[in-house]
Amino acid sequence: MSTVTDTPQTRRRDQHRPKLSDRARAERKLGWKLAGPAFVIMLAVTAYPILQAVWLSFFRYRLTDPDAREFIFLSNYSVIFTDSLFYQALWNTVFITVVTVAVELVLGFAIAMLMHRIVLPRRTLRTIVLIPYSIITVVSAFAWLYSFRTDTGYVNGWLNTLTFGAWDATFDWFGSWLPAMGVIMISEIWKTTPFMSLLLLAGLAQIDSAMEEAAKVDGATFWQRLFRVILPNMKAAIMVAVLFRTLDAFRIFDNVFVMTRGANNTETLSTLAYKQTIDRVEIGMGSALSVVLFLLVFAIALIFIRGFKVDLAGSK
Amino acid sequence: MSRHRSPSRVAVALCAATVLVGLTACGGGEDSTHLTWYINPDGGGSNPEGGGQAQIAAQCTEQAGGAYSIEVQLLPNSASDQRQQLLRRLAGSDASVDLMSLDPPFIPEFAQAGFLAPVPEDMVETFTEDRVESSVTASTWNEELVAVPFWANTQLLWYRKSVAEAAGLDVEGGNVTWQQLVEAAEAQDVTIGVQANRYEGYTVWINALIAGAGGEILVNPGPDLDDIELGLDSEAGRAAADIVRSVADAGVGGPSMGTADETVALNLFQDPDTSGFLVNWPYVWAAFPANGVEFIDDIGWAMYPATSDEGDPAPPYGGISIGVGAFTEDPDLAYQAAECITNHEHQVLYMTGTGNPASRAAVFDEAEVVEQFPMADVIRDSLEQAVPRPQTQFYGDLSTAIQRVWSPPDGVTEDTPAESATLIMQVLRGEALL
Repeated sequence: MSTVTDTPQTRRRDQHRPKLSDRARAERKLGWKLAGPAFVIMLAVTAYPILQAVWLSFFRYRLTDPDAREFIFLSNYSVIFTDSLFYQALWNTVFITVVTVAVELVLGFAIAMLMHRIVLPRRTLRTIVLIPYSIITVVSAFAWLYSFRTDTGYVNGWLNTLTFGAWDATFDWFGSWLPAMGVIMISEIWKTTPFMSLLLLAGLAQIDSAMEEAAKVDGATFWQRLFRVILPNMKAAIMVAVLFRTLDAFRIFDNVFVMTRGANNTETLSTLAYKQTIDRVEIGMGSALSVVLFLLVFAIALIFIRGFKVDLAGSK
Repeated sequence: MSRHRSPSRVAVALCAATVLVGLTACGGGEDSTHLTWYINPDGGGSNPEGGGQAQIAAQCTEQAGGAYSIEVQLLPNSASDQRQQLLRRLAGSDASVDLMSLDPPFIPEFAQAGFLAPVPEDMVETFTEDRVESSVTASTWNEELVAVPFWANTQLLWYRKSVAEAAGLDVEGGNVTWQQLVEAAEAQDVTIGVQANRYEGYTVWINALIAGAGGEILVNPGPDLDDIELGLDSEAGRAAADIVRSVADAGVGGPSMGTADETVALNLFQDPDTSGFLVNWPYVWAAFPANGVEFIDDIGWAMYPATSDEGDPAPPYGGISIGVGAFTEDPDLAYQAAECITNHEHQVLYMTGTGNPASRAAVFDEAEVVEQFPMADVIRDSLEQAVPRPQTQFYGDLSTAIQRVWSPPDGVTEDTPAESATLIMQVLRGEALL
């Protein structure tokens, strides 16, 4: 079983070893036999569509006019990288990712601490916290859309009451960029903070309580314990949580699609790719955008794993 | 090692079985007399007694005496989503699309792509007799009838009689202009319900405004890509932009004008405190009592507002035509069903059941229609004057580009029409994203 649990470091060392023992060779063989079918299936369902998308991105190809399909090599990419709409979508996507992940990290950590410490209604609390995450994103997007809309919404009414009438009760949240982005992000944060807090809770649970107690005995304050003991010891869990949520947030689609459909400059990369592929049935351009999105997501994952040394297999 | 092998065989067998089951499920040997009709949502929903398309399907099935049976499938709410779903099915040569309710602006795209089965020559006369002209035009592509006119829609101006009276506006007597409406609404502190969300309905409004000023978005209908000539960058285009801007600037479009679709506009008009005017399809007449509006007696209707003093108004044209999918097993049978769906009896049923006007002119003379729709004659007049949206296979791109540049309405300037023309051409040539 050693082949399965090998860390990248040991594997690298293996390459320098001239000969494998019989046992190791047999184990490697068995490993391939066991993992082979899954590997083939994974290639079929992920590598094939990705390569197909790359291939299609070299064409001008409209689904309603297949005969006019034309090989244009990198032209689609040059259109993308010279179009201001792409940069606007990229900026929106980065903005949403940074803000939501940062807020979720803080909120999620607070909730994780609460879940970790609280003893009495522990199960109930964990169930309640998980409710937003169990709701389908489209449903949650519609719920937030309707609560902020001027005709069906209650948020304006509440704000108006709470501010003693200073808030405009007919304020159109989806009528301009910032408020629309705000609602999109609130919905996103509400929906995925539980996920973040669960990952962080797992990290918290791994910390040896003796260390914290030792710090306490030495007279460390709460903040000292938090920043000197707890956080450093759960760095791996934090990085994994941030990585997962960043990749997730970068592909944001549902909330934008349901709430604004990209109106008022709220387009994100995913909605832009959707528009070209599904709405305009411009398969070539849509594929090119999807490839760009894929490369960006890939780059983020690479930066996290290489740059911040996130170890997805290990815990510390 | 032999013990290791047997589980993998089981796994392979399981995989194969799963794949096989999947394939047979897709193959499904359906009865060829079974027709699937993809309908846009209407007042009847999928209720076979709701007075909508579902009821027509049930009645035609019964009347066919076993020759065919029609099952309805509900399409999404918005016209763009309906197009998308049908387009994707047909691009995948989906044989289950026997009949479909098609929004007129998308007919050229479907016809050009070869997604519509040709109308049998001997049925062309049946499908065009007694139909209002605009419905036949909208169902025609390259001088051939490609779909069957079912119902024909047009927008009217709905107004509060008391408001018009207080403003001294003679709405019923003559053509009211948009400028007069804006001034009256501003003076009376009431709203004008319009559709200016970034969606198809906004193009409907813009097209009506440009056509009302004597212009055209597309000067030469049905051209190839290289021959396309746009009429946006014109006096008519700028007149339209001016009106959109003035409605937004005066604040009479309601608090959420930039996100208003038909429903939001209707809700705005239903608010007793601020309701003044509304441009919307006649379905609203059935919606007022259903939504508990208490001032129905105070609601009047008139021809769509004119863009300027000089020209006639150009009311929007909408509605639904029945298309027969190119991959259906038996197109003749589907066209027989289309004949049943669009006959006089069913158009009367549909108009009285859902409030959607018929494409057959004679329907407007039926006693029950006149009784239920006191504005039937105005609708028919409006349909005579109605101007369809540009007919081109690139309509989707054209409309989306217009919506993007003209949104938000309070950002519209006199340069907007020219900017939208530039973007349309760039997008069509593959030089810009949309």
